[in-house]
Amino acid sequence: MAIDAATVRKVAKLARIAQPEETLEGLARELSGIMSWIEQLNEVDTDGVEPMTSAVHMPAPMRDDVVTEGGDPDLVLSNAPKRAGNFFVVPKVVE
Amino acid sequence: MSALTSLTLKAALDGLTAKAFSSVEITQAHVEAVEAARALNAFVLETPEKAIEMAKASDARRASGSAGPLDGAPLGIKDLFCTKGVRSTAGSKIIGDFKPTYESTVTANLWRDGAVMLGKLNMDEFAMGSSNETSAWGPVVNPWRTRGGNAQLTPGGSSGGSASAVAAELCLGATATDTGGSIRQPAAFTGTVGVKPTYGRCSRWGVVAFASSLDQAGPMARSVEDAAILLTSMAGHDPKDSTSLDVETPDFASFVGKSVKGLRIGVPKEYRVDDMPAEIDALWEQGIAWLKDAGCEIVEVSLPHTKYALPAYYIVAPAEASSNLARYDGMRYGLRSEGANLTDTYEKSRAAGFGAEVRRRIMIGTYVLSAGYYDAYYLKALKVRRRIADDFDRAFETVDALLTPTAPSAAFSLGDRSDDPVAMYLNDIFTVTVNLAGLPGMSVPAGLDATGLPLGLQLIGRALDEGTLFSLGGALEKAADFRAKPQKWW
Repeated sequence: MAIDAATVRKVAKLARIAQPEETLEGLARELSGIMSWIEQLNEVDTDGVEPMTSAVHMPAPMRDDVVTEGGDPDLVLSNAPKRAGNFFVVPKVVE
Repeated sequence: MSALTSLTLKAALDGLTAKAFSSVEITQAHVEAVEAARALNAFVLETPEKAIEMAKASDARRASGSAGPLDGAPLGIKDLFCTKGVRSTAGSKIIGDFKPTYESTVTANLWRDGAVMLGKLNMDEFAMGSSNETSAWGPVVNPWRTRGGNAQLTPGGSSGGSASAVAAELCLGATATDTGGSIRQPAAFTGTVGVKPTYGRCSRWGVVAFASSLDQAGPMARSVEDAAILLTSMAGHDPKDSTSLDVETPDFASFVGKSVKGLRIGVPKEYRVDDMPAEIDALWEQGIAWLKDAGCEIVEVSLPHTKYALPAYYIVAPAEASSNLARYDGMRYGLRSEGANLTDTYEKSRAAGFGAEVRRRIMIGTYVLSAGYYDAYYLKALKVRRRIADDFDRAFETVDALLTPTAPSAAFSLGDRSDDPVAMYLNDIFTVTVNLAGLPGMSVPAGLDATGLPLGLQLIGRALDEGTLFSLGGALEKAADFRAKPQKWW
């Protein structure tokens, strides 16, 4: 299926990646090329096939719901782009 | 000190045990080799002081009689593994200054067993690439060149730094990761051994995530035995990774050298792709003959959904990546590019921090997961993935392992395929099926092409049957007697 510039604009918005208007057409062509190559999957009969959601044959393990590590704000904040005291500083979220 | 860097890991460990040399001596020799090889761009961070400090501690342990299985051996670590206090970038600008406050389980296991870290190895950004050209730190150069040529070749990807460093004798072995072929294809391109273990064999904890249902860590080394020694240390159950398998880790090295007589080896007819170079086909025939001589029985098998593995992968992997990479929002760590408001800051940070291939894959992943397309693409790909896994299950009812080429070509020139994403993706045509099915695979160097570049053969095994692969890999290695080394030009 061909992907047009409007779809690229929408997907870029969903992906939260700034995409300059003048790059949309080129990217649409590129993504269309990749997606049309992927279309060959439609040749495979998958009626009644269970989707494979995991590469391992085992149930998800359970563990006790207890704190194992934590209580060290300096470690948590050590790579923060901006911090104030023991807090991350982020742009205003609520107007 | 070049003699010390030319040793296999096994020989180096034997020498350390016999006190023929110290860890400080062999580490110093490697530190100097790393410094002299900057033209390869294999390391994105050299940690010589840390290496010598770890080597001194190793020598002290050995003196007190408490040396571990890897004690004193200098290794390189792919930059996808988080190393405590040591910059870990995953080849990306978006975490270009990231210093983890924790250690990945795989590297922690290596240090537990006494290994020494020489530094962090270059890679494709977030492990997305087959030529190392998507790294934010520039491509790695393959130490191999064509006979008489001086064109710069790719070491493959995404573990190109690991492959190049091992081939150029800058480290005794290296960690790597494989999501669609990222250990095995670079191993084939550099004449080294690469092992992608069964999914769940090595913990993913502390390994920067690309596609979580496909990512698996493994070793790169200069011999099958060395790879076995490394994997034995790297593997093991880890409660911090919920997909880590709670199974015993065998002594993989004990399988190397075992007889392979009577093993049934499958040759999948669908891997004879149309435009396969004659040399690759000939090498495959040679591999079949070697295993026959070693007493194996060769059986043709069919894996009918092989051709759909790559397109299925290019839905599953980008979908998982778009979800995993959503964490890079510039708020808690990583690059932040201030915008007019919160959304604008997210968008600017991610546009500035991610390279073109990573952005492209996030876009594909977001598209195939978006409302209205999920069933048609993502769900369809998961069903095809099941078909591919079923193909292997059926084949393994009659055979013990499969033999295929590792890659459809030898190493190509840097820049050759970077304009066409689909042509680049086709590099992984023989390796990607293994990731989709969660099986172990190994690439063993088997010969040189007409221009003098190395080629590899791939062995694929049943889940958790790496042992058989190490026996077969050892048999191929012995028969191929691959001793060629890249001519030093760097």
